[in-house]
Amino acid sequence: MNTEKNSYTVIFAVIMVVIVGSVLAFMATALKPKIDENERFEKQQNILYAMGVNQNEGDGSVTFIPTNEVEAEFSKYIKKQMVVQGNTATEKEDAYLIDLKNQMAQIKAGNNAELPLLVGEKDGKEFYIIPMYGKGLWDAIWGFISLDDNMVVQGVYFDHKGETPGLGANIKQRFFMDDFEGESILDGNRYAGIGVVKGNNDPLNEDKEDNEVDALAGATITGNGVTAMIKESLKLYKPYLETIRKK
Amino acid sequence: MALLSKKDANLILDPLADNNPITIQVLGICSALAITAELKASVVMALSVLFVLGAGNVVISLLRNVIPSKIRIIVQLVVVATLVIIVDQVLKAFAYELSKTLSVFVGLIITNCIIMGRFEAFALGNGPWKSFLDGIGNALGYGIILVIIGFFRELLGSGTLFGFPVLGDPVTKTGLYALGYENNGFMIIPPAALIVVGIVIWVQRSRNRTLIEEA
Repeated sequence: MNTEKNSYTVIFAVIMVVIVGSVLAFMATALKPKIDENERFEKQQNILYAMGVNQNEGDGSVTFIPTNEVEAEFSKYIKKQMVVQGNTATEKEDAYLIDLKNQMAQIKAGNNAELPLLVGEKDGKEFYIIPMYGKGLWDAIWGFISLDDNMVVQGVYFDHKGETPGLGANIKQRFFMDDFEGESILDGNRYAGIGVVKGNNDPLNEDKEDNEVDALAGATITGNGVTAMIKESLKLYKPYLETIRKK
Repeated sequence: MALLSKKDANLILDPLADNNPITIQVLGICSALAITAELKASVVMALSVLFVLGAGNVVISLLRNVIPSKIRIIVQLVVVATLVIIVDQVLKAFAYELSKTLSVFVGLIITNCIIMGRFEAFALGNGPWKSFLDGIGNALGYGIILVIIGFFRELLGSGTLFGFPVLGDPVTKTGLYALGYENNGFMIIPPAALIVVGIVIWVQRSRNRTLIEEA
């Protein structure tokens, strides 16, 4: 067989593309329901993590509610699923599945958006859980922040698509996320958010009123991304948060 | 080794030292710089490359007589990309947690020059079994260097290994830190990897002078 002929090359390329294309398309379709389910469970785990429902032990690593229990736990702890428009919130089923990224694009285009907000309850205390979405160094970062009615952070969860392992990727480690707990997002009456700051002389994060947590060395851009992401989310939800704020 | 003939064994052993893809051929430097800030990522990357290079070399070797030489690079690229995507999808469906750790490496594997290099230099001209051994050998050679770099960068940069603090706690000043030791922040940024690679190359060439090229 002469493999140098142009016609052979073209036929080879066509066959290769058809085979590879069908294999990949078949795989993607066959695995999609399973992958979607995994993603849904993960979102539930993340939301519960942000309101402190997790299986963390001591100073160890992030431990979620196991996937086979998460659905039951989610309906147990999450009392209301709502969508926020301006300063009004209406209940909506499965609001947690709304993609914040799309809604933010709607707002940018000047359209009406439905921002998801979840109300959780644990030990008789209410948690308002807000999704966040932003940009890190390489790709998207996102997460959830849970607030009480004094606008004090009760917990956060961050995740990322492709931050550098060992540097920016550490935003999803406990030593970073735990620092946010107890920080107030308010500076007086201003929704200041929480800044990820280098060299703030508070590495143990003892000052909870400074709106700052200690940054990760070598991950400046990712840290700035987290700061911007929190600010951006608070801006979107501020009209509604004003109505629930007690302090 | 009784399992393999001497020639076959050399296919695996050569790339570990005297023909190492990173320190001698200077391939795959980009990923060696990017992901070696911690040991765990280095190990995961090494295993991923081991799989893709082993399987890819076999596929290319089986196809070596039918691949038109004019588009062979494209064919190689398609093979790597397909393998990597399949692995990624299967992991996403059945080992979701693991896939999240790995997803960042997927892009890096496809662009890893060692893989294209071995396809082009070895698999296109040799049988599947030899190609498989060559793939495993080169992936191990790559992995060893990655682990060495990861070890020094994580130890000196963060004072941990596999995430466990081995030198004490830098914030509360225990262990070595009580004596005034500080983590070297420079070690966790990519340029430090280049310096560690340089030192490895230096050590290796000073031990085996035949590797030094004539000026």
